[in-house]
Amino acid sequence: MPDGTPQGPEGDRIEATVRAVLTSMAGDLTAKESALLAELEGLGRTIARAKAEIAALKVEDIRDAHIPSATDELDAIVDHTAHATNEILDCCETLEQLQAEISGEAADKLQGAVTRIYEACSFQDITGQRIGKVVTALKAIEGRISAVVSAASGMPGPEPASASPTVPSRDDKRTEGEKLANGPQLPGSGVSQSEIDRLLASFD
Amino acid sequence: MDKNINVLIVDDYRTMLRIIRNLLKQLEFNNVDEAVDGQEALAKLRAGNFGLVISDWNMAPMTGLDLLKEVRADQRLKTMPFIMITAESKTENVVAAKQAGVSNYIVKPFNAETLREKIEKVLVHA
Repeated sequence: MPDGTPQGPEGDRIEATVRAVLTSMAGDLTAKESALLAELEGLGRTIARAKAEIAALKVEDIRDAHIPSATDELDAIVDHTAHATNEILDCCETLEQLQAEISGEAADKLQGAVTRIYEACSFQDITGQRIGKVVTALKAIEGRISAVVSAASGMPGPEPASASPTVPSRDDKRTEGEKLANGPQLPGSGVSQSEIDRLLASFD
Repeated sequence: MDKNINVLIVDDYRTMLRIIRNLLKQLEFNNVDEAVDGQEALAKLRAGNFGLVISDWNMAPMTGLDLLKEVRADQRLKTMPFIMITAESKTENVVAAKQAGVSNYIVKPFNAETLREKIEKVLVHA
Protein backbone atom coordinates (compact mmCIF):
# COMPACT_ATOMS: atom_id res chain seq x y z
CA MET A 1 0.00 0.00 0.00
CA PRO A 2 1.78 3.13 -1.19
CA ASP A 3 -0.07 5.57 1.10
CA GLY A 4 1.56 4.17 4.25
CA THR A 5 -1.31 1.99 5.39
CA PRO A 6 -0.27 -1.09 7.27
CA GLN A 7 1.06 -4.15 5.55
CA GLY A 8 -0.05 -7.64 6.49
CA PRO A 9 -3.28 -9.34 7.39
CA GLU A 10 -4.27 -6.90 10.14
CA GLY A 11 -4.18 -3.84 7.87
CA ASP A 12 -5.78 -5.74 4.99
CA ARG A 13 -8.61 -6.90 7.20
CA ILE A 14 -9.42 -3.41 8.51
CA GLU A 15 -9.31 -1.84 5.05
CA ALA A 16 -11.38 -4.64 3.50
CA THR A 17 -13.99 -4.31 6.23
CA VAL A 18 -14.27 -0.55 5.79
CA ARG A 19 -14.46 -0.84 1.99
CA ALA A 20 -17.13 -3.52 2.29
CA VAL A 21 -19.19 -1.28 4.54
CA LEU A 22 -18.77 1.69 2.17
CA THR A 23 -19.67 -0.38 -0.89
CA SER A 24 -22.74 -1.86 0.71
CA MET A 25 -23.96 1.59 1.68
CA ALA A 26 -23.14 3.31 -1.63
CA GLY A 27 -26.00 5.44 -2.83
CA ASP A 28 -27.70 5.40 0.57
CA LEU A 29 -25.36 7.83 2.31
CA THR A 30 -25.68 11.53 2.83
CA ALA A 31 -22.59 13.69 2.30
CA LYS A 32 -22.21 14.01 6.04
CA GLU A 33 -22.35 10.24 6.54
CA SER A 34 -19.86 9.68 3.73
CA ALA A 35 -17.44 12.12 5.36
CA LEU A 36 -17.92 10.36 8.67
CA LEU A 37 -17.16 6.99 7.13
CA ALA A 38 -14.09 8.40 5.41
CA GLU A 39 -12.89 9.68 8.77
CA LEU A 40 -13.56 6.24 10.21
CA GLU A 41 -11.52 4.63 7.46
CA GLY A 42 -8.64 7.00 8.14
CA LEU A 43 -8.86 6.27 11.84
CA GLY A 44 -8.77 2.54 11.16
CA ARG A 45 -5.66 2.97 9.03
CA THR A 46 -3.96 5.07 11.72
CA ILE A 47 -4.69 2.51 14.41
CA ALA A 48 -3.48 -0.35 12.23
CA ARG A 49 -0.32 1.58 11.32
CA ALA A 50 0.41 2.36 14.96
CA LYS A 51 -0.04 -1.28 15.89
CA ALA A 52 2.27 -2.35 13.08
CA GLU A 53 4.91 0.17 14.13
CA ILE A 54 4.76 -0.93 17.76
CA ALA A 55 4.96 -4.58 16.71
CA ALA A 56 7.98 -3.75 14.54
CA LEU A 57 9.88 -2.22 17.48
CA LYS A 58 13.00 -4.21 18.04
CA VAL A 59 12.32 -4.84 21.68
CA GLU A 60 15.07 -7.47 21.73
CA ASP A 61 17.57 -4.67 21.01
CA ILE A 62 16.20 -2.66 23.90
CA ARG A 63 16.33 -5.68 26.19
CA ASP A 64 19.59 -7.22 24.99
CA ALA A 65 21.66 -4.15 24.13
CA HIS A 66 20.35 -0.74 25.16
CA ILE A 67 19.23 -1.47 28.72
CA PRO A 68 22.24 -3.68 29.64
CA SER A 69 24.57 -1.11 28.10
CA ALA A 70 22.97 1.70 30.10
CA THR A 71 23.04 -0.29 33.34
CA ASP A 72 26.67 -1.34 32.73
CA GLU A 73 27.64 2.30 32.24
CA LEU A 74 25.87 3.26 35.43
CA ASP A 75 27.52 0.40 37.34
CA ALA A 76 30.87 1.61 36.01
CA ILE A 77 30.14 5.10 37.35
CA VAL A 78 29.50 3.63 40.80
CA ASP A 79 32.71 1.56 40.62
CA HIS A 80 34.82 4.51 39.49
CA THR A 81 33.46 6.88 42.11
CA ALA A 82 33.92 4.22 44.80
CA HIS A 83 37.52 3.72 43.69
CA ALA A 84 38.17 7.47 43.67
CA THR A 85 36.53 7.90 47.06
CA ASN A 86 38.66 5.14 48.55
CA GLU A 87 41.78 6.81 47.14
CA ILE A 88 40.73 10.05 48.83
CA LEU A 89 40.11 8.18 52.09
CA ASP A 90 43.57 6.58 51.84
CA CYS A 91 45.06 10.08 51.59
CA CYS A 92 43.00 11.28 54.54
CA GLU A 93 44.21 8.42 56.68
CA THR A 94 47.80 9.26 55.75
CA LEU A 95 47.19 12.89 56.70
CA GLU A 96 45.75 11.81 60.05
CA GLN A 97 48.88 9.79 60.74
CA LEU A 98 50.99 12.86 59.93
CA GLN A 99 48.81 14.91 62.22
CA ALA A 100 50.28 13.03 65.19
CA GLU A 101 53.68 14.48 64.28
CA ILE A 102 52.55 18.08 64.46
CA SER A 103 50.75 20.01 67.18
CA GLY A 104 48.83 23.14 68.01
CA GLU A 105 46.80 25.15 65.54
CA ALA A 106 48.24 23.39 62.50
CA ALA A 107 47.15 20.00 63.83
CA ASP A 108 43.65 21.32 64.53
CA LYS A 109 43.38 22.82 61.07
CA LEU A 110 44.55 19.58 59.51
CA GLN A 111 41.97 17.58 61.43
CA GLY A 112 39.25 20.04 60.49
CA ALA A 113 40.12 19.72 56.81
CA VAL A 114 40.23 15.93 56.97
CA THR A 115 36.85 15.86 58.70
CA ARG A 116 35.35 17.98 55.93
CA ILE A 117 36.75 15.59 53.33
CA TYR A 118 35.16 12.64 55.17
CA GLU A 119 31.83 14.45 55.20
CA ALA A 120 32.08 15.28 51.50
CA CYS A 121 33.00 11.70 50.61
CA SER A 122 29.59 10.48 51.73
CA PHE A 123 28.43 11.71 48.30
CA GLN A 124 29.47 8.31 46.97
CA ASP A 125 26.81 6.54 49.00
CA ILE A 126 24.10 8.98 47.93
CA THR A 127 25.03 8.87 44.22
CA GLY A 128 25.26 5.07 44.36
CA GLN A 129 21.72 4.87 45.74
CA ARG A 130 20.42 7.37 43.17
CA ILE A 131 21.98 5.38 40.33
CA GLY A 132 20.42 2.23 41.76
CA LYS A 133 17.02 3.91 41.47
CA VAL A 134 17.73 4.81 37.83
CA VAL A 135 18.68 1.19 37.04
CA THR A 136 15.44 -0.01 38.62
CA ALA A 137 13.49 2.51 36.52
CA LEU A 138 15.25 1.37 33.32
CA LYS A 139 14.36 -2.23 34.02
CA ALA A 140 10.75 -1.26 34.67
CA ILE A 141 10.65 0.60 31.31
CA GLU A 142 12.04 -2.50 29.61
CA GLY A 143 9.26 -4.61 31.10
CA ARG A 144 6.56 -2.15 30.04
CA ILE A 145 7.89 -1.97 26.47
CA SER A 146 7.86 -5.75 26.23
CA ALA A 147 4.28 -5.81 27.45
CA VAL A 148 3.11 -3.14 24.96
CA VAL A 149 4.82 -4.86 22.02
CA SER A 150 3.38 -8.18 23.05
CA ALA A 151 -0.14 -6.73 23.24
CA ALA A 152 0.19 -4.95 19.88
CA SER A 153 1.62 -7.90 17.98
CA GLY A 154 -0.57 -10.52 19.55
CA MET A 155 2.57 -12.55 20.13
CA PRO A 156 4.02 -13.39 23.54
CA GLY A 157 6.70 -10.82 24.31
CA PRO A 158 10.22 -11.61 25.45
CA GLU A 159 10.77 -12.05 29.15
CA PRO A 160 12.27 -8.98 30.80
CA ALA A 161 16.00 -9.34 31.54
CA SER A 162 15.18 -9.12 35.21
CA ALA A 163 12.06 -8.60 37.20
CA SER A 164 11.74 -5.18 38.75
CA PRO A 165 8.34 -4.86 40.34
CA THR A 166 7.78 -1.24 41.25
CA VAL A 167 4.10 -1.74 41.84
CA PRO A 168 3.45 -3.92 44.85
CA SER A 169 1.61 -7.12 44.13
CA ARG A 170 -1.48 -8.13 46.04
CA ASP A 171 0.48 -10.65 48.11
CA ASP A 172 3.32 -8.23 48.88
CA LYS A 173 5.47 -10.06 51.42
CA ARG A 174 8.01 -7.27 51.87
CA THR A 175 8.79 -6.17 55.41
CA GLU A 176 7.94 -2.66 56.59
CA GLY A 177 11.62 -1.76 56.29
CA GLU A 178 11.69 -2.88 52.65
CA LYS A 179 8.43 -1.14 51.79
CA LEU A 180 9.68 2.15 53.20
CA ALA A 181 13.13 1.92 51.56
CA ASN A 182 12.84 4.59 48.89
CA GLY A 183 16.41 5.84 48.77
CA PRO A 184 17.47 9.48 48.70
CA GLN A 185 14.85 12.11 47.98
CA LEU A 186 15.38 14.93 45.52
CA PRO A 187 16.47 18.24 47.07
CA GLY A 188 13.49 19.85 48.74
CA SER A 189 11.44 16.63 48.83
CA GLY A 190 12.67 15.04 52.04
CA VAL A 191 12.77 16.41 55.56
CA SER A 192 15.89 18.14 56.86
CA GLN A 193 17.89 17.12 59.92
CA SER A 194 16.38 19.96 61.95
CA GLU A 195 12.86 18.88 60.93
CA ILE A 196 13.71 15.30 61.91
CA ASP A 197 14.98 16.52 65.28
CA ARG A 198 11.73 18.42 65.87
CA LEU A 199 9.68 15.41 64.79
CA LEU A 200 11.54 13.08 67.15
CA ALA A 201 11.22 15.58 69.99
CA SER A 202 7.44 15.68 69.47
CA PHE A 203 7.29 12.01 70.53
CA ASP A 204 8.92 12.75 73.93
CA MET B 1 30.18 9.22 78.27
CA ASP B 2 32.16 5.99 77.97
CA LYS B 3 34.16 6.01 74.74
CA ASN B 4 35.50 2.52 75.36
CA ILE B 5 32.21 0.88 74.46
CA ASN B 6 32.03 -1.41 71.45
CA VAL B 7 30.25 0.25 68.53
CA LEU B 8 28.72 -1.68 65.65
CA ILE B 9 28.30 0.20 62.38
CA VAL B 10 26.06 -1.33 59.72
CA ASP B 11 26.01 -0.25 56.08
CA ASP B 12 26.08 -2.04 52.74
CA TYR B 13 28.43 0.60 51.28
CA ARG B 14 31.99 -0.23 52.35
CA THR B 15 33.02 3.34 51.70
CA MET B 16 30.38 4.59 54.12
CA LEU B 17 31.56 2.13 56.78
CA ARG B 18 35.05 3.49 56.35
CA ILE B 19 33.90 7.12 56.61
CA ILE B 20 31.85 6.48 59.77
CA ARG B 21 34.67 4.44 61.30
CA ASN B 22 37.13 7.29 60.70
CA LEU B 23 34.73 9.90 62.07
CA LEU B 24 34.21 7.72 65.17
CA LYS B 25 37.98 7.47 65.55
CA GLN B 26 38.18 11.27 65.54
CA LEU B 27 35.57 11.21 68.31
CA GLU B 28 37.84 8.75 70.18
CA PHE B 29 35.65 5.70 69.73
CA ASN B 30 38.24 3.12 68.80
CA ASN B 31 36.38 -0.15 69.45
CA VAL B 32 34.41 -0.32 66.23
CA ASP B 33 33.13 -3.38 64.39
CA GLU B 34 31.27 -3.50 61.06
CA ALA B 35 28.43 -5.40 59.36
CA VAL B 36 27.12 -5.03 55.81
CA ASP B 37 23.45 -5.81 56.45
CA GLY B 38 20.95 -6.33 59.24
CA GLN B 39 21.32 -10.08 59.34
CA GLU B 40 25.08 -9.99 59.86
CA ALA B 41 24.64 -7.19 62.39
CA LEU B 42 22.10 -9.15 64.41
CA ALA B 43 24.40 -12.17 64.56
CA LYS B 44 27.27 -9.97 65.78
CA LEU B 45 25.07 -8.20 68.32
CA ARG B 46 23.83 -11.49 69.73
CA ALA B 47 27.34 -12.90 69.93
CA GLY B 48 29.10 -9.81 71.20
CA ASN B 49 28.95 -7.06 73.79
CA PHE B 50 28.13 -3.79 72.09
CA GLY B 51 27.13 -0.46 73.60
CA LEU B 52 25.91 1.33 70.47
CA VAL B 53 24.57 0.48 67.02
CA ILE B 54 24.81 2.92 64.10
CA SER B 55 22.87 1.53 61.16
CA ASP B 56 21.89 2.39 57.61
CA TRP B 57 18.29 1.65 56.55
CA ASN B 58 18.38 0.44 52.95
CA MET B 59 20.15 -2.94 53.01
CA ALA B 60 19.39 -6.50 51.94
CA PRO B 61 18.53 -9.11 53.06
CA MET B 62 17.63 -7.31 56.30
CA THR B 63 16.98 -3.57 56.42
CA GLY B 64 18.00 -1.27 59.25
CA LEU B 65 14.38 -0.89 60.37
CA ASP B 66 13.94 -4.66 60.54
CA LEU B 67 17.23 -4.92 62.45
CA LEU B 68 15.96 -2.30 64.89
CA LYS B 69 12.75 -4.28 65.45
CA GLU B 70 14.76 -7.47 66.06
CA VAL B 71 16.99 -5.63 68.53
CA ARG B 72 14.03 -4.20 70.44
CA ALA B 73 12.40 -7.65 70.54
CA ASP B 74 15.51 -9.29 71.95
CA GLN B 75 15.49 -9.44 75.75
CA ARG B 76 19.25 -8.87 76.04
CA LEU B 77 19.55 -6.20 73.36
CA LYS B 78 16.30 -4.26 73.75
CA THR B 79 17.81 -1.25 75.54
CA MET B 80 20.74 -0.94 73.13
CA PRO B 81 21.25 2.66 71.91
CA PHE B 82 20.44 2.57 68.20
CA ILE B 83 21.12 5.42 65.78
CA MET B 84 19.83 5.27 62.22
CA ILE B 85 22.01 7.01 59.63
CA THR B 86 20.20 6.93 56.32
CA ALA B 87 19.31 8.71 53.10
CA GLU B 88 15.65 7.87 53.82
CA SER B 89 14.33 11.32 54.59
CA LYS B 90 10.57 10.97 54.34
CA THR B 91 8.51 11.77 57.40
CA GLU B 92 6.98 8.27 57.27
CA ASN B 93 10.46 6.76 57.62
CA VAL B 94 11.30 8.84 60.68
CA VAL B 95 7.93 8.03 62.27
CA ALA B 96 8.30 4.31 61.56
CA ALA B 97 11.80 4.31 63.04
CA LYS B 98 10.65 6.18 66.13
CA GLN B 99 7.72 3.82 66.61
CA ALA B 100 10.14 0.89 66.32
CA GLY B 101 12.24 2.42 69.09
CA VAL B 102 15.10 4.23 67.37
CA SER B 103 17.25 6.29 69.74
CA ASN B 104 18.10 8.93 67.17
CA TYR B 105 17.96 9.49 63.42
CA ILE B 106 20.55 11.13 61.17
CA VAL B 107 19.85 11.87 57.53
CA LYS B 108 22.59 11.52 54.92
CA PRO B 109 24.59 13.45 53.93
CA PHE B 110 25.49 14.37 57.50
CA ASN B 111 28.36 16.17 59.17
CA ALA B 112 30.70 15.12 61.94
CA GLU B 113 29.16 17.54 64.42
CA THR B 114 25.70 16.00 63.96
CA LEU B 115 27.16 12.54 64.51
CA ARG B 116 28.95 13.68 67.68
CA GLU B 117 25.85 15.42 69.02
CA LYS B 118 23.53 12.45 68.44
CA ILE B 119 25.96 9.91 69.89
CA GLU B 120 26.44 12.06 72.97
CA LYS B 121 22.70 12.42 73.38
CA VAL B 122 21.89 8.72 73.15
CA LEU B 123 24.78 7.61 75.35
CA VAL B 124 23.94 10.13 78.07
CA HIS B 125 20.38 8.78 78.13
CA ALA B 126 21.48 5.13 77.93
